[in-house]
Amino acid sequence: MLLYYSLGTVLALLAITAPAALAFGFLGAMSARTRAPFSWVGKAYIALVRGVPDIAFFLFFVIALDQMFEWMRHKTLCPDWDQPIRQGNDFVVCDAAKLPLGNASQWVHEVYGFSLAVLTFAIVFGAFAANVLYGAMRAVPRGQMETAEAYGMSPRQTFWRILVPQMWVFALPGLSNLWMVLIKATPLLFLLGVEDIVYWARELGGSKTARFTAYPHADWRMWYFFGLLVFYLIFTKFSEVILDRIMARLTHGQATSGGEAQRKYPS
Amino acid sequence: MSCFQTIQDYGLRSIGYGERLLPRDDFTLCQQFTLIGSGMIWNIYFGVVALILGFMFANALALAKGAQNPLLRKPAEWFIFVFRGSPLFVQFFFGYFLFLSLKNAIPFFSPLSAAWLGALVVLFLNTAAYSGEIFYGALKSIPRGDVEAADAYGLSGWTRFRRVIWPTMMRLAWPAYTNEAIFLFHATTLVFFSGFPAWQQRGDALYYASYFADKTFNPFVPYPILAGYFILLTLLVIGIYGLVNKYLNRHMPQEQRRKLRVRPQIIR
Repeated sequence: MLLYYSLGTVLALLAITAPAALAFGFLGAMSARTRAPFSWVGKAYIALVRGVPDIAFFLFFVIALDQMFEWMRHKTLCPDWDQPIRQGNDFVVCDAAKLPLGNASQWVHEVYGFSLAVLTFAIVFGAFAANVLYGAMRAVPRGQMETAEAYGMSPRQTFWRILVPQMWVFALPGLSNLWMVLIKATPLLFLLGVEDIVYWARELGGSKTARFTAYPHADWRMWYFFGLLVFYLIFTKFSEVILDRIMARLTHGQATSGGEAQRKYPS
Repeated sequence: MSCFQTIQDYGLRSIGYGERLLPRDDFTLCQQFTLIGSGMIWNIYFGVVALILGFMFANALALAKGAQNPLLRKPAEWFIFVFRGSPLFVQFFFGYFLFLSLKNAIPFFSPLSAAWLGALVVLFLNTAAYSGEIFYGALKSIPRGDVEAADAYGLSGWTRFRRVIWPTMMRLAWPAYTNEAIFLFHATTLVFFSGFPAWQQRGDALYYASYFADKTFNPFVPYPILAGYFILLTLLVIGIYGLVNKYLNRHMPQEQRRKLRVRPQIIR
């Protein structure tokens, strides 16, 4: 039962993280396109996250975000606290600033852990999405933008009415690649404390075999992970088919070689 | 304790030389630098050996996938799909438990359940699949004129492959292959985080970094150190692969040479 529950966790995480990462990416790409002092923010974000192994990022961000939230709440909620927050190896904040509160129920803890995981994923994958979208924005043919300007559109209008609708066809190959990676990144979640299917595969396998040293059958844990492997393969294949369809839809009527091919040889 | 002393004690800790016990309290910056750096030995070992072996297997895979004969093509396609379609993480777990049960069945396979060999096998198969796909893509995009010119010179079979097709394939694939190599080094951090146990606390760089983060509750020191080491390693890989890229492109006119565009990847 819990295994199915964790399967839901993975799917929910994917469903929430993907739009969140896209939003982060969009903001990053927009800021990377602006004038010099502002564009540094976006570019630094992209460069920083992409340069470091992500698993280190996942381990780092969760604790860092947790401590940052607690520190901010500590500053606002307990102004008359006089001890240092970092006492040697311990991170000490006042009781009111603890996140989640010490007396909160179990589900609050779970939701908090889940949202931290989502935020971490969104930050890391947002950087990659920002890079893809930034490239896609620059790939929209210059003539389209010039035409819009010739029609008297303001820069804001050009951006929202011409650039944004047209960039998706250039962004989709990169984004679908990213989606595939995101699917495969979810097992890393259980490092972040959220119980997902990898965790349960390990737990179930572990409890069934730990008592026996001489197996009457092959090692069970192996088959749990085999099942997991097959699950991911099917999921990948399924996404591939869907993304191909979206690509065909987006290409329709675009000034790219794909769109040209569709026009000449309609299927 | 001086920093030099620490380096003597812990510099080779990850492969079992020097002090046996890890530091337990009063962690100095020097200890963190030394131990995490010592763990990098494992990352480099896994990365380099898997890359070299994987390179050879990937060539075979790419040729098999490009072959006409379905007996060669189908297995290669499936191999590449399986290893590219599932998370490396799950592959590590599955591999570890597979090796464990193999070990129970046949004692001959017992070294496979240790990280130094078992994880290496998984990494090797994984990188072979990814690079095989890259090489296959390059094989398909060899300019037709090059092959026709080879035919016109009377080259055929093995000679044509060795002197025209293979060098061109390498040249076209190299920028993407550089990213694969960078990624492989990043992926080595997963070894001790998935099934494979670290024997006698001999772990890789991330193993020690998370050890320090657990003990000090302060992620802001060990993880940036780890990141620094990896950035250095990445720069080294880019430098070496850049030299090879230059060598592969030496016959091309200056403006047609393919620049290395480094795009460090994400998880797989």
